[in-house]
Amino acid sequence: MSYEIIGITVLWIFLYGYLIVASIDFGAGFFAFYAKMTKKDHIINQLISRYLSPVWEVTNVFFVFFFVGLVGFFPDAAYYYGSALLVPGSIAIVLLAIRGSFYAFENYGSKKSNLYMFLYGATGLLIPASLSIALTLSEGGFIVEKNGEVSLLLNALLTSPYSWSVVFLAIVSVLYISSTFLTFYAARADDKPALKLVKNYALFWSVPTIIASLTTFIALSQHNPRHYNEMMELWSMFGLSVGFFMIAMWLIFQGKYYGLAFISVMLQFFFAFFGYGWAHLPYLLDPYITIYENATHESMGIALIIAFIAGLCLLVPSLLLLMKMFLFDADYVKGEKS
Amino acid sequence: MEFDSVLMSRMLTAMTLGFHIIFATIGVGVPVMISIAEFLGIKKKDPHYTLLARRWTRGFVITVAVGVVTGTAIGLQLSLLWPNFMQVAGNVISLPLFLETFAFFFEAIFLGAYLYTWDRFKNPVIHWLLSLPIVIGSSFSAVFITSVNAFMNTPQGFTMEDGKITTIDPIAAMLNPATPTKVFHVLSSSYLTSAAILAAITAFIILKKKSSTYHKKALKLTVSATFIFALLTAIAGDLSAKFLADYQPEKLAVAEWHFQTENGADLILFGNLNENHEVENEIRIPNFLSFLAHGDFNSKVTGLDHFPKDEIAPFWVHYMFDLMVILGMFALTVSLFYLVFYKVKKWNEHNKWLLILLIINGPLAMIALEFGWIYAEVGRQPWILRGYMKVDHAATTSPHVDSMFFLFLALYIILGTLCVIVLRKLFRDSPVEIELEERYPNIKKGDE
Ligand code: HDD
Ligand code: HEM
Ligand code: HEM
Repeated sequence: MSYEIIGITVLWIFLYGYLIVASIDFGAGFFAFYAKMTKKDHIINQLISRYLSPVWEVTNVFFVFFFVGLVGFFPDAAYYYGSALLVPGSIAIVLLAIRGSFYAFENYGSKKSNLYMFLYGATGLLIPASLSIALTLSEGGFIVEKNGEVSLLLNALLTSPYSWSVVFLAIVSVLYISSTFLTFYAARADDKPALKLVKNYALFWSVPTIIASLTTFIALSQHNPRHYNEMMELWSMFGLSVGFFMIAMWLIFQGKYYGLAFISVMLQFFFAFFGYGWAHLPYLLDPYITIYENATHESMGIALIIAFIAGLCLLVPSLLLLMKMFLFDADYVKGEKS
Repeated sequence: MEFDSVLMSRMLTAMTLGFHIIFATIGVGVPVMISIAEFLGIKKKDPHYTLLARRWTRGFVITVAVGVVTGTAIGLQLSLLWPNFMQVAGNVISLPLFLETFAFFFEAIFLGAYLYTWDRFKNPVIHWLLSLPIVIGSSFSAVFITSVNAFMNTPQGFTMEDGKITTIDPIAAMLNPATPTKVFHVLSSSYLTSAAILAAITAFIILKKKSSTYHKKALKLTVSATFIFALLTAIAGDLSAKFLADYQPEKLAVAEWHFQTENGADLILFGNLNENHEVENEIRIPNFLSFLAHGDFNSKVTGLDHFPKDEIAPFWVHYMFDLMVILGMFALTVSLFYLVFYKVKKWNEHNKWLLILLIINGPLAMIALEFGWIYAEVGRQPWILRGYMKVDHAATTSPHVDSMFFLFLALYIILGTLCVIVLRKLFRDSPVEIELEERYPNIKKGDE
């Protein structure tokens, strides 16, 4: 395998990791707000904060890792995306900053105010929506280079059915992933009332998720036929994805093996995400950046991969330790341990 | 138009970094202090120190949060504001940037574990061990990011032909000549600043309320640390100056208003420049610049006459440099006074004036740190990559940088204000005395 392929695979895995952990976090924000509005917060908010408190910083690092790695492996991406994205990028930063810091202020600092709950819920949906725009842009047609100047065609972006279908997909997936995770977590904590509530959320959000996936497919076939055709070649990946979706729904509906159900959800997104990504190659930004022509030099690519392997040797045991302490320690999950 | 976006990009970068560094410094230094306090608590079997570590940690998580979000902001802004620079830098210096994210990862994981396991282990040493990865993670993130900054000052490890990079040696780029001194100075000054701020808070409480054993122990610990780190910072600063004299003489010369290359150069403190670029009203220390530059009072120090006029940084960085050095000496002196007063039994180390000096030393150390960075960054002008790329060729051409500047200004004002409010509330709502009672009911109380 060439170092370019290894590089993009590593980055894609991290983006996938971010997709999962951040969705849990973002969706939980929305559910916490929703529960408060419908006066059900006493049922689930304790559950949410027990899981989120120890891990929110880790979630953020997944994202940092992705964009730093992208600039490292494919420096031209910094040039094109950086030039085009000043305004949307800055807005996304501000949203992330508000969410992250307010989270800490409220959780370690004081009691939860309504304004905070609103911001926490709203940013939970706005951030995935704004980040998903980067994926839309990568399809090409929205970032153009003319006379050596890179610019963003904002109108085209705002009027494109494809870009809106991606935003919609991002939001509902977040809610779906998050609710399936919370179902698992509530079951682990043996918290019956919470389980009943979040299980319904999970079943409810599965429907728009599958609808949004289909509409995005259709919109993509209009917007970027090349990518769409490549994806059709990989139909088995998407078939697997749908298969895992059905397994997950069936398990949750039956009300057993919630852990397995959540793993199925992860696999559902894994296959869809990697099918999408594989078909996207070689372009990182259609038609300007490909992983072959715009990668960093080989010596740097190899140095980064070595650093990555060394880093994993450090991180994987540490992450397992963290999970053992907080996710799989039944007493902690139940709230019997500080 | 073009010029405007360059200027605004510089201001936005400076603002974000200037804000981030406050929290980053605390993020690097405070874990060291926490770890030391927890260790002392275990070793001396003294719950006062353990409680100290606990309470510092509680404040620390708030500042970390702001450090993390502003760090994420600057990380993205580097690409958004300096796309041309990041295209080159991404090729050559991405290794330490990438390693930095691993350091963050490591720190983040163990911070989560540390925070929520205070009472979980039978053997307290296990909990203390969890603090070490936090110290290592945060200090190494400073090491790596500093080596990126060092690279901007003394780029190496690549060859350029016709504006294209042809070969790259990532390790040589990371271990460029500026890295050792810069890393040493940045780490020591972060530790110093954090210790000084914790000492200032403690001194403030002792001055305001009746002092307790808890606070006196805290003061002794933090001021001793301030002294040691101030000493290290001064040594590191001296080494940095010697590095500049050898590798970046124009930066040292502009800070010292050293126009003519000469032997036995004088050190100039403060003063001003008249319209003929002559130094007036200064304090002159004969031959001392030669000593600072090369460790020899008669050595030759390169002056600004060796450099083209358009490659010289603004002259006002002189004041930044002077103030940094003076404030460093101040930290050293004040903490030394405290230690002397402490040793001499007849003198009271908690006298009002000493406490007041210790209180102002906290914010002053942070100001010294900011001035140091401003000197280092503005002193590099007009280069973004010294010798290769100037700042005005590196910036984005987007016309919207000015509105983004105000967007971020508003964000930082809100974050800064809330951070202070939350921190104050946090400690007011849970006074030490009550927490001591609750957690360690058997401890000896009151003054000794
Ligand atoms: C508490 C903060 C603090 C204190 C007391 C000092 N410094 Fe400093 N100084 C810094 C904080 C700092 C810094 C913020 O960490 C800088 C900015 C960039 C860098 O490498 O370190 C810096 C830069 C810096 C540089 C420029 C390095 C470069 O650009 O490559 C020199 C020559 C010195 N310092 C010298 C000194 C001397 C002789 C001091 C005497 C005591 C001193 N500093 C105290
Ligand atoms: C954290 C402490 C730092 C502070 C307070 C700081 C401050 C500043 C200031 C004041 C400027 C504006 C200089 C001018 O335009 O006249 C600047 C520019 C810049 N700094 Fe730093 N800096 C810090 C660290 C870093 C580090 C670690 C890096 C590299 C990774 C860096 C990268 C840059 C870049 C790319 C610019 C824009 C180009 C330029 O103006 O030279 N800075 N910074
Ligand atoms: C251009 C310069 C810089 C960039 C791009 C940058 C980037 C970042 C990023 C992305 C984060 C958030 C990481 C996370 O998600 O946990 C962060 C946090 C942090 N940064 Fe910076 N940083 C810069 C300058 C500095 C400097 C000069 C220092 C130290 C002297 C520093 C020390 C830290 C520390 C310790 C944290 C962890 C947060 C905390 O513990 O407070 N950074 N930085």
